[in-house]
Amino acid sequence: MCGIVGLYLKNKKYNKDLGKFLTGMMNNMSTRGPDSAGFAIYSTERKKKYKYSICYNKNNIKEIKKKLSKEIKDAKIKIISDHFVLETSLKPVKVISIIKGYNNLNLVGYGSSIEIFKQVGNPRDVVNNFSLKNFSGTHAIGHTRMATESAITTDGSHPYSTGEDECLVHNGSLSNHNNLRRTLKKKGIEIKSQNDTEVAAGYISNGLSNKKSLKETLIDGLKDLDGFYTFISGTKNGLAIVRDEIACKPAVVAETKDYVAIASEFQAMAHLPNVNKAKIFEPEPGLVYSWGK
Amino acid sequence: MIKLNLKKDSLRKVNELLQNLDQKSNDRSFKIINPDGNHAICAGLKDEMDVTIEGHVGYYCAGMNMKADVTVNGNVGTGVAENMMSGSVHVKGNASQSAGATAHGGTLIVDGDTSSRCGISMKGIDIIVKGSVGHMSAFMAQSGNLVICGDAGDALGDSIYEAKIFIKGEPKSLGADCEKKNMNKKDQDLLKSLLKKASIDENQLTHFKMYGSARKLYNFNIDNVSEY
Repeated sequence: MCGIVGLYLKNKKYNKDLGKFLTGMMNNMSTRGPDSAGFAIYSTERKKKYKYSICYNKNNIKEIKKKLSKEIKDAKIKIISDHFVLETSLKPVKVISIIKGYNNLNLVGYGSSIEIFKQVGNPRDVVNNFSLKNFSGTHAIGHTRMATESAITTDGSHPYSTGEDECLVHNGSLSNHNNLRRTLKKKGIEIKSQNDTEVAAGYISNGLSNKKSLKETLIDGLKDLDGFYTFISGTKNGLAIVRDEIACKPAVVAETKDYVAIASEFQAMAHLPNVNKAKIFEPEPGLVYSWGK
Repeated sequence: MIKLNLKKDSLRKVNELLQNLDQKSNDRSFKIINPDGNHAICAGLKDEMDVTIEGHVGYYCAGMNMKADVTVNGNVGTGVAENMMSGSVHVKGNASQSAGATAHGGTLIVDGDTSSRCGISMKGIDIIVKGSVGHMSAFMAQSGNLVICGDAGDALGDSIYEAKIFIKGEPKSLGADCEKKNMNKKDQDLLKSLLKKASIDENQLTHFKMYGSARKLYNFNIDNVSEY
C-alpha cells in the first residue's frame, strides 16, 4: 500500500513549521505503511557547502567522527538518531569516495539543499527519533512503507536519492525495473539496492543529468516506466507528482495561497492551516504536476 | 438535530450509534463535524435518518447504506456509497474513484466531478454526476442509471450489461461493447425523473445522449449457451 506525502511552501512564514506539518502528515499515513519511514527536507542552500546525509546504523559514531574529521578538514557533523549530516565545502566526487572507504557508513543522499533520513519501524516512532518537528525548510517529501518488492531494511526504505539534491518516493510497484536497472547501470547511474523505486530514482537522475527538467523527465517516464505508481519527486527547486495512466494508486492535492500539500489520502493533510478553504483535487492519470521556483 | 463531533468521539462510537438507532426514536437527524478525511464514516447505516457531514471525508463513506439519507458538505474519497442498497447520498463536492461501486439501489448525487471507475459494476443504483467522470466509468455496469452532466474519460461503459448511461458532454472514448442508443419516450421519462431527483432543469433533457450495451460480447451470443 504505502503512504506518500509532499509539502511545498509558497509562503516563507511557514518555513519554520515545515517539520511540524510533515510530522502530522506522516503520522496520519502510518496506517498505510507501518514497516519503515523516511523523509527528505529541502532548505535554503548555503553557497559552496554540501550536506551529506549518512546512516551509521549501530556503529561507534565517536570513532567515525574522529576519523572523518581528520580526512575532511572543514567537516561539521550533526548527529540525529542513527544518521548524521556532514557539512563540508568538499565536492561530492571526493566525499563519496571517502565515504565508500567506510564499510559501516551508508550515504542516503547529498546536495546543497537536501537532507534525508530513513529508518525501519513505525513512522510515528521514526519521525520522533529524528525529531522531524524541529526541522525548517522550503519543501519536503515523506514516505511510509508497506514493503512489497524488497526487504524491510533501511536500504529498502524511501525516499531514494540517486543524484545531487534529488529524491523520489513511490506508492506502487514497477514491473520492468530489472531491465531498466541494467540499462541505467550501463549509463553510469549507481543503483545500490534491489528495490524497484531506486531504479525509478536512477531514471530521473539520468534525465536530469541530460539537462531535462524534472517535469520533462517524468513525462518521458510515463512511457518507459511500466507498473503502478504515484511518484512524488523533489529537487532543490521544487516538487512534482505523477500517477500512471491506470491510476490505481491514490493521490490528492490541496493548494492554498500559502502551500501545496500532496498525500495519498486527504486525512494526511486535515491538520494543515486553512485546508478546508484549499483548492482540492486529484491529479489526473498520466499528467505531471509540478510546483517550484 | 443531534451534533456528533469526530474530534471528541471515536469514529467507531459515532458509527455504532447511527447503526443501532432505536427504530422508535424520533431524533433522526444528525450532523457530524470534524470528519478530517476519516474512512468509513456512516458505513452500514440501515434505518431511515438524515445525516449531514460537515467537511471532507475519506474512503467508503456511507458504504452499504440502507434507507438513510446522507449529505456530505465536502469531498469524498474512494468508494462513496459503495454497495448501497437504498436511501440516498448527496456529495456537495467532488468524489474520488469507484463512486457508487456495485450498488444495488438508492440514489447517489455528486455536485462536482468524480474520478475514475464511477459506477463500476453498478447493480441498480441511480448515479447523477453534475460534473464529469473519469476513465472506466460504468465498467461492467449491470443495472441502474448513470447520468453525467459533464464529460467522461476513456472507455466509458466497457462490457456494460443492462445499465443505461446518459451523458450531456462527450466521452473521451467508449469501452468494448458500449454504443450510442436512440432514446425513446420511456427513456426520456426516465431521464426526466433522474434530473428531477438532482434538481436539474428538465429542459436540459434534449442535450443528453444515451449509451448502452451493443450486446455483442461472448456472453450475449446465443450460440455460446451450448458450452454450459
